[in-house]
Amino acid sequence: QVSAALREGQITPTELCQRCLSLIKSTKFLNAYITVTEETALKQAEESEKRFRRGQPLGVLDGIPVAVKDNFNTAGIETTCASNMLKGYISPYNATVVQKLLDQGAVLVGKTNLDEFAMGSGSTDGVFGPVRNPWSYSRQYKEKSAPKSHPEDKEPEWVIAGGSSGGSAAAVSSFTCFAALGSDTGGSTRNPAAHCGVVGLKPTYGLISRHGLIPLVNSMDVPGILTRCVDDAALVLGSLAGHDPKDSTTIQDKFKPFELPNLPDVSKLSIGIPKEYHAPGLSSEILALWSKAADLFKSAGAKVIEVSLPHTRYSIVCYHVLCTAEVASNMARFDGLEYGHRSATNDSTESMYAATRREGFNDVVRARILSGNYFLLKQNYEHYFVKAQKVRRLIAQDFGKVFGSGVDVLLTPTTLSHAAAYAEFIKEDNRTRSAQDDILTQAANMAGLPAINVPAALSERGLPVGLQFIGRPFQEKQLLTVAKWFEKEVKFPMIQLEEVKRHDHGAFQHQKSASFS
Amino acid sequence: MAAAASRGCGGVWRFAWQRGARGPVPAPRGQRAVAFNARGGVVQPEKCGLAPWVPVVGLEIHAQISSNSKLFSGSQVQFVAPPNSLVSFFDASLPGTLPVLNRRCVEAAVMTGLALNCSVNKKSLFDRKHYFYADLPAGYQITQQRVPIAVNGSLSYSVCIDNKMSQMVTKTVRIKQIQLEQDSGKSLHDDTRSQTLIDLNRAGVGLMEVVMEPDMCCGEEAAAAVRELQLILQTLGSSQAVMAEGQLRVDANVSVHHPGEPYGVRTEVKNINSLRFLAKAVDYEIQRQIEELENGGTILNETRAFDSKLGCTVPMRDKEAKQDYRFMPEPNLPPLILYDTKSLPANMNHQQVVNIDWIHERLPDLPSVKRAKLVEQYGILPEHSFTLLNEDGLTEFFENVVTQTQMKPKKVIGWILKDLLSYLKQHSLTVKESPVSSFLLADLLNLIEKKEISSTAAKQVLSELWKGEGKTPLDIVKEKKLELIQDQKELEEICQAVIDGQENEVMAIKAGNRKVLNKLIGLVQRETQGRANPVLVKQLLEKKLSE
Repeated sequence: QVSAALREGQITPTELCQRCLSLIKSTKFLNAYITVTEETALKQAEESEKRFRRGQPLGVLDGIPVAVKDNFNTAGIETTCASNMLKGYISPYNATVVQKLLDQGAVLVGKTNLDEFAMGSGSTDGVFGPVRNPWSYSRQYKEKSAPKSHPEDKEPEWVIAGGSSGGSAAAVSSFTCFAALGSDTGGSTRNPAAHCGVVGLKPTYGLISRHGLIPLVNSMDVPGILTRCVDDAALVLGSLAGHDPKDSTTIQDKFKPFELPNLPDVSKLSIGIPKEYHAPGLSSEILALWSKAADLFKSAGAKVIEVSLPHTRYSIVCYHVLCTAEVASNMARFDGLEYGHRSATNDSTESMYAATRREGFNDVVRARILSGNYFLLKQNYEHYFVKAQKVRRLIAQDFGKVFGSGVDVLLTPTTLSHAAAYAEFIKEDNRTRSAQDDILTQAANMAGLPAINVPAALSERGLPVGLQFIGRPFQEKQLLTVAKWFEKEVKFPMIQLEEVKRHDHGAFQHQKSASFS
Repeated sequence: MAAAASRGCGGVWRFAWQRGARGPVPAPRGQRAVAFNARGGVVQPEKCGLAPWVPVVGLEIHAQISSNSKLFSGSQVQFVAPPNSLVSFFDASLPGTLPVLNRRCVEAAVMTGLALNCSVNKKSLFDRKHYFYADLPAGYQITQQRVPIAVNGSLSYSVCIDNKMSQMVTKTVRIKQIQLEQDSGKSLHDDTRSQTLIDLNRAGVGLMEVVMEPDMCCGEEAAAAVRELQLILQTLGSSQAVMAEGQLRVDANVSVHHPGEPYGVRTEVKNINSLRFLAKAVDYEIQRQIEELENGGTILNETRAFDSKLGCTVPMRDKEAKQDYRFMPEPNLPPLILYDTKSLPANMNHQQVVNIDWIHERLPDLPSVKRAKLVEQYGILPEHSFTLLNEDGLTEFFENVVTQTQMKPKKVIGWILKDLLSYLKQHSLTVKESPVSSFLLADLLNLIEKKEISSTAAKQVLSELWKGEGKTPLDIVKEKKLELIQDQKELEEICQAVIDGQENEVMAIKAGNRKVLNKLIGLVQRETQGRANPVLVKQLLEKKLSE
């Protein structure tokens, strides 16, 4: 809709960019951004404006403000991974996905906050502090939560944004940009999307280039897309997907961008409900929402069947082994020599390495490196790493069998419950939290499948909850069609951000339209 | 000659004792006599009753792939370039960069695998090998630990017995595998400023690691095997394989044991940068181990460095010798799939696939084939064919001369090996640097063939030609008046004069001592400054003496 507004001249790219920038300022307390690229953004907007004036915009993304998670390389703009290790690091090159966005005329407004090196599920463990969920400041949450939970407090406790792409989710949710890039290794795009009430797409592994994404787990990482509606996600996907000669794991086949039907039809589809996703700790609210959603599909004529993915329960432990092993390997390059933090300790190369890594990485990163190296030791390799890989294959085969039996899309919850209050969340350590929070999402990464979070409803406390659809590999069109149909059915409410309203009436007017498609 | 392709080596080394008053005392290193039988027979221990030792030598050879760009990045590969001028973002391990396999490196490895009779794996895998070192920016090396690109090959090479070129034995060493891997950068330690400087120009250059089974038994064999490999790599163009430039690096695994017993504990000798040092290092290490064991000591499984100045191996104080490399599959590279004509998918872009059969058909003649062809085509001795191939460019030089002269190749080879090569060696020149071109040498040899000059005169001409003053052989012949004396009368007079002046010799000849005739021929040659036809001189002298 904004794209159309730009084309029709109702608003100029510069105006749009300025409004986003001023919203970023007024929502600074959310801590969604690590770097705001005001100057370059305005320059890009100006360029875009010239193109519009000439009547030659580059495409639907031209002039659209976007944000990028701070683990994607951006030439000339700091890329920190929310770590002391890369504080002040300015990359000399753009990640392929960033380059593609810029080539389409998108306006980069900033780099978003995350857990250090994307290790976490709350966006609470980065060196720049936690991201606050915009819904903490919504009228909906305040009305439903404040009087009950903390009658003596004026304001209810703020809740986490989810993670690790919490900054991106919060940025999209609070209208400071129209789309944001996240990354998804075990659920890092879908989890914050669920908590912040936005759409979070994790495409099939190999569909989008990882070149320039600072890796967490190379064999599972996928750039994720966060938007306010499913159509937007499809558009961004269309501009990012396809083979990249710089990433040998991207598919060779040409990717055809697609548009979703206006009136999606699910009546001929078969929706699978994997029983193993009825996991311990699943809130009754979400369980109810899940079966309500299944009923919706049923009443629309779709076949809804219960299916089994028997190896699901082993997935999270194996994910942990494979994840930490690759982390140990990927983090080996941060030694303070070529780039990044270097300790002042210089007794020997070894002591400099040790001090650099101790000072540069937080406890979470160091703990994962330690356990990863343990799993990779010669005496443990077979017992842990190889076993985990075998189970990974079994998990992928589970999905293959279900899809082979005629199921088109799987429907599951995205999270066990709505977002936790920050004070509650940090009571548990990162490892425990990640194990709980990734439980419903990481299996799709293990199998490389596309999955999407669609906001479904508000919880009793007025916080968003979402459901996840998992599709066949490279069948994003089908997956997104189902997601769009569901989105239309549930009519997820718009966030009512009083702060935003107070600060910026004009911008809110336009951005109320939310989507740019 | 022993049977060709005798696998392994039965050579046996004995420890030689110097007997002193206080019992056996080991001889000083380097002076010890070593009994070694290259024919593969076991040398029986002598009366002292000492069991013989069997040395076992295996090699790990890293050959830098000759390619314009690195194994996984687009940076240039050059030997001489300003430090850190050939470094891509990937080579410097900038976060977020990914490896992209260089097709040329794969082809070079396939060629090498085929030339070494390996079976080339249609599917091979890449792994990460982790260790922290300043010139390894990523903290791991990408290599092929689980499934390498080529396995189970063999290499035939020849060694000569007792240093005689005329007695050569063909031996075979099994090739365990060839794997593709990245080279590291270079560390330069500045001890005075206690700094280490890093040059990443070499980081990420493609290497082929050739692993040779422990089928060798002495330094000479190891050096001969590596020399043959070097020739093969250079013939294929898969590596320039110049040891001095580090394009070929050899590590030797050495152990000794008694016959019939399991292999001994082995040591790894590194830091060997020439073939001569390889032979020295291996032999030294064998001696050292025998001495150690004979003295009741034990051999440690350790890495030792060869000190070329001292001519010995010393333990490397390497804390990381026992480290765990924590191998892991490289997740950013899909399996490397190769095709043959049968398995080649029809719709594949030929630019994107590597076809093993296609490469096989285009392999150039390997050194062994080239040698056989030389022997057959030119009728030269097998050992001469070895010399021709061992010197870079010498075969081409020889063949050029042969095609430009009427002289028989069998005679040409003498001029090439005795005159050209020894001159070049004396002056430390390569064939390419020779001041006398194949054209000039052919010219000169033609003068001999046309009986215009004698070979003695030809040598004089050659010594003028070395000066490289741009004169032709004919110029020099004319200038120095070296033409054969065609006038028989003139020659007869000279012969007569010599006979007249050497009464004693003439008496001796007439008494039946024919050998003295050669002295007279020599005197005639001196008189004519080599311008006389020796055959004619001999005839004339004989005729005159029998008168």
